Amino acid sequence: MLGRAWSFLRRYPVVPVVVLLLILVIPAVFADVVAPHDPIDGDLSDRLLPPAWTDGGEWSHPLGTDRQGRDILSRMIFGARTAALVSLAALVVGGSIGSLLGLFAGYFGRWWDHVIMRLVDVNLSLPLVLLALVLVVLFEPGTATTVAVVTLLLWSRYARQVRAEVLSLKEMDFVARARVAGASDLRIIFRHILPNVFNTVIVLATLQVGNVILLEASLSFLGAGIPPPDPAWGVMIAEGRDFIVTSWWLSVIPGLAIMLTVLSMNLLGDWLRDYLDPRLRQL
Amino acid sequence: MQRYIVIRLFHAVLALIGVSIVVFTLVRVAGSPLDALLPFNATEEDRARVEVLWGFDRPLHEQYLRFVWNALRLDFGDSIKFQGQTAMDLIGQALPASLQLAGFALLFSVLMAVPVGVVSAVKKGTLIDMVGKTVALLGQSLPPFWLGIVLIWIFSVNLGWLPVSGRGGFTHVILPGVALGWFSVAAFMRLTRSAMLNVLDSEYVKFARIKGTPEWKVVWKHALKNAAIPPLTLFGIVAGIMVTGVVTLETVFAWPGIGQLALTAVLARDYAVVQGLVLLISAIFITINLVVDVLYAYLDPRVRYDGARG
Repeated sequence: MLGRAWSFLRRYPVVPVVVLLLILVIPAVFADVVAPHDPIDGDLSDRLLPPAWTDGGEWSHPLGTDRQGRDILSRMIFGARTAALVSLAALVVGGSIGSLLGLFAGYFGRWWDHVIMRLVDVNLSLPLVLLALVLVVLFEPGTATTVAVVTLLLWSRYARQVRAEVLSLKEMDFVARARVAGASDLRIIFRHILPNVFNTVIVLATLQVGNVILLEASLSFLGAGIPPPDPAWGVMIAEGRDFIVTSWWLSVIPGLAIMLTVLSMNLLGDWLRDYLDPRLRQL
Repeated sequence: MQRYIVIRLFHAVLALIGVSIVVFTLVRVAGSPLDALLPFNATEEDRARVEVLWGFDRPLHEQYLRFVWNALRLDFGDSIKFQGQTAMDLIGQALPASLQLAGFALLFSVLMAVPVGVVSAVKKGTLIDMVGKTVALLGQSLPPFWLGIVLIWIFSVNLGWLPVSGRGGFTHVILPGVALGWFSVAAFMRLTRSAMLNVLDSEYVKFARIKGTPEWKVVWKHALKNAAIPPLTLFGIVAGIMVTGVVTLETVFAWPGIGQLALTAVLARDYAVVQGLVLLISAIFITINLVVDVLYAYLDPRVRYDGARG
């Protein structure tokens, strides 16, 4: 029995990763139903309760409460929703913009290529976190601003990778034949080349989720991401920082959640890359 | 080779110009700098006077050229938050602390990653390989600022071995340095491992073995020397990662470097300091990447085709 489980795991190492991600994502989606308490309104008489399995903990608050008596588990669940929303939005918007620019730069070459690639250079030379801080302070801090900032900072990787792929794809026979058949440039780009770079974009996006979550957590930690009292894992770590000596669970639990999420996304990305296209090992 | 260097240099200058335009625009989008300079009950006349004094009445391109000219002389203006000090004074005071932190972190991650990467490659597929990979992957998934807090909790609060925060002797840099460096261990380790695997498979390694060279010498001298090239490309990326880590970790450890300065300046809307920091850090990134690319082309002649690498 154990041997069969082991050989199954060896063949499909991605299964436990997906299970873990589902454990994180499903409560996030149904947060309103699943969360035992309100994530923002606490009960001050229950403040700083430790997790239930330690001395003084109560099972009504399985992961304990913070100094305003808010239930940590509920805040974790809503925080997962925040993280999922930010990463999904940032990936869709950033991935689309970056891929589009990469397609144009690679396909049209010449000025398109020069201008877009120099923009990529500029983007990659800027200290992202400082720029993000400035932008967040300029605009109202909030989910939308955080998404916009993260997108603005991460599109360039897609552009660079997609362009490199397009450069080799456009020399291939099927592109030349499409052109002979009278297809327009835009049709060739979107109908013939785009499907061939799609795998790359998916793999890159998966590998980027970890970065997005870490960046969002860093910004929230610095007070420039998701504004309190909204639940976000980075905010929770920041709030728990001063209580690390007396109430370790405030910071440790959200940190572990970030670690598990980023780890499983990175493992999933690695697996997808090997599965879809082993040539991408260098990503 | 010369052609390659010239093209790369040209691209670096273009990137720097792009960065300067971004910074210049950003601060102007941020609302009139006058609002930050003047008390809210200032009269129209006061406004006009300050406007002329700071050159805000000039056309934009003239303001930009003046900004670039000043930036080239490392003059970013006076700090608004810290009266009586120029932005460059403040940056100059904070930079050594951050460089010390980043330097220690880099040293730590290379010293951790290279041996583990080499051993993983030599013992590919064994338990050692798996453990090494797992530890490195875990590091890549940890937010550095959280690792910092946990390290303080364990080593300063509970064990009392290391100072909690601040800058002082060597013991002060250990915790923030480890927290900052751990994140990059995975990246260095993976590249070292894959480069070692490539090299160990090559003809000259086989030849060295046939010749009867001891195995440790084959691995640590012949192979590692050539496998060290690909991880070199990472320095540019790692520099970028480190800046993010520096900002958060300096907050956690009350480390008096540019990260703390940046956070203070951004929150106080002290744009002279912010401008200076963004420009300087970008210039450092661009230089690191330029040096890495040229060094790479020098070490590996296959890169030197006409036209720069994407």
